[in-house]
Amino acid sequence: MNKQEYAEYIKKITPKSKMWGSLARAFLVGGLICLLGEGIGALYKMWLPQYDQTQIGSLVSCTLIFLAAFLTGIGVYDKIGYFAGGGSIVPITGFSNSITSAAMEYRKEGIIFGTCANMFKIAGPVIVVGVAVAMLCGLGYFIVGLFL
Amino acid sequence: MSTIVFKNKPRVVGWYSVAGKKESEGPLGNTFSRVVKDEYYGEKTHEAAERKLFVTAIQGVIRDASVTPDAVFAGDLLNQIVSASFAMRDIGLPYVGIYGACSTMALSLIVAASYVDAGLLKTTVAAAGSHFATAERQYRTPLEFGNQRPPSAQWTVTGAGATMLTHNQTSPIVVTSATIGRVIDYGIKDVNNMGAAMAPAAADTLARHFKNTKTKPSDYDAIFTGDLGRIGEEALRDLLKDEGYTLGDNYYDCGKLVYSGKQKVDMGGSGCGCSAITLNGFIFSKLQTGEYKRVLFMATGALLSPTTSYQGETIPSVANAVVFEHQTIKTEGTTK
Repeated sequence: MNKQEYAEYIKKITPKSKMWGSLARAFLVGGLICLLGEGIGALYKMWLPQYDQTQIGSLVSCTLIFLAAFLTGIGVYDKIGYFAGGGSIVPITGFSNSITSAAMEYRKEGIIFGTCANMFKIAGPVIVVGVAVAMLCGLGYFIVGLFL
Repeated sequence: MSTIVFKNKPRVVGWYSVAGKKESEGPLGNTFSRVVKDEYYGEKTHEAAERKLFVTAIQGVIRDASVTPDAVFAGDLLNQIVSASFAMRDIGLPYVGIYGACSTMALSLIVAASYVDAGLLKTTVAAAGSHFATAERQYRTPLEFGNQRPPSAQWTVTGAGATMLTHNQTSPIVVTSATIGRVIDYGIKDVNNMGAAMAPAAADTLARHFKNTKTKPSDYDAIFTGDLGRIGEEALRDLLKDEGYTLGDNYYDCGKLVYSGKQKVDMGGSGCGCSAITLNGFIFSKLQTGEYKRVLFMATGALLSPTTSYQGETIPSVANAVVFEHQTIKTEGTTK
């Protein structure tokens, strides 16, 4: 077997993730997290009628971020993630988990060189790409706006 | 010739294995010398726990054999092989650090046996070990990060094993030959499919060993690979077929033996500790009683680092093989 044949052979014998099951679980858990967000939003709206929709939205995000960080801290979120996959990674709770888990993991190297230096190890690329894409979109929006 | 034949018959006079909780719940649970349920082993970090596993294994084999070895040959997976080296700080014996990734148990055995065989040292110890949490941190993501493992992934064994070798004639287990591995790279890049990366190295070493020693797979009561896992095992069988050798029912993979199917470990166990705790318990016990007369033990290692993977390099691998035989002890005066 040469390298190319071997690569094809390995591809053939390597089991793949079961797509439909993964999709269903991701849909279920991801949907539940969003539903939870909606519920929290409705509660905030009831308690704090003076706040507008944007402010309520921020409060909901903060609450979900806190909940995910808390669940990561007590060692539950990784079990949810093992079950749900993308369903618990994509929502804002997954972002919270990626930062909290890294902060916890590297705490043993100290606050500065451990936690502070490493907490964005996984989330960092998301932030960088997010900012860069937002900038490009803004630029596009600006240029299109000049001709309209 | 790349196969070493040990003419002076170095013997295995002691072995010791220490394993973690998950391993103790697997099929080999009752074969370990000691089980440590606490993943921190009473220490502050997982790295310190891994060191303590080494100390336990090496001190265990020394205590059981009541012999102080002349040197210890040991290694692990962490950068700069800190676990073995830091453990030797507490043990205080002459030490040679060995790195062969997950093939370290076999490689350190080959080196330790060679020194004894050549008469350069009287008694040596070979050791290797790993820890699930330290390997995850070095090669993968933080423990609490909620991601899924691909089905081709393996589970790093928490545990360490140590073997004592000497010329002493009181043990029936003899190290008879060994084949040192070549570094083989078949272009696999997927760090979650180590079995696929290591199988070609395993096939190369086995084929050379059979050829050099003029043996075939059925000449051994058992052939063990270190941590190829399910994919690697299948690939090894097929690659060896191309070389004209067929592995039968006497072939086992330590990665598959160490955990049961229910333990959510995907393709099986991995890490230096995987082959180390299987050898220094299950395999040596069967050699001791004579249930196995001749065993080929081969550990495989993927020689990558996180840096090389990020830089897009493929995964070079190595496999080192050692043969153990059960030989009846000849007492003084009865040999002619």
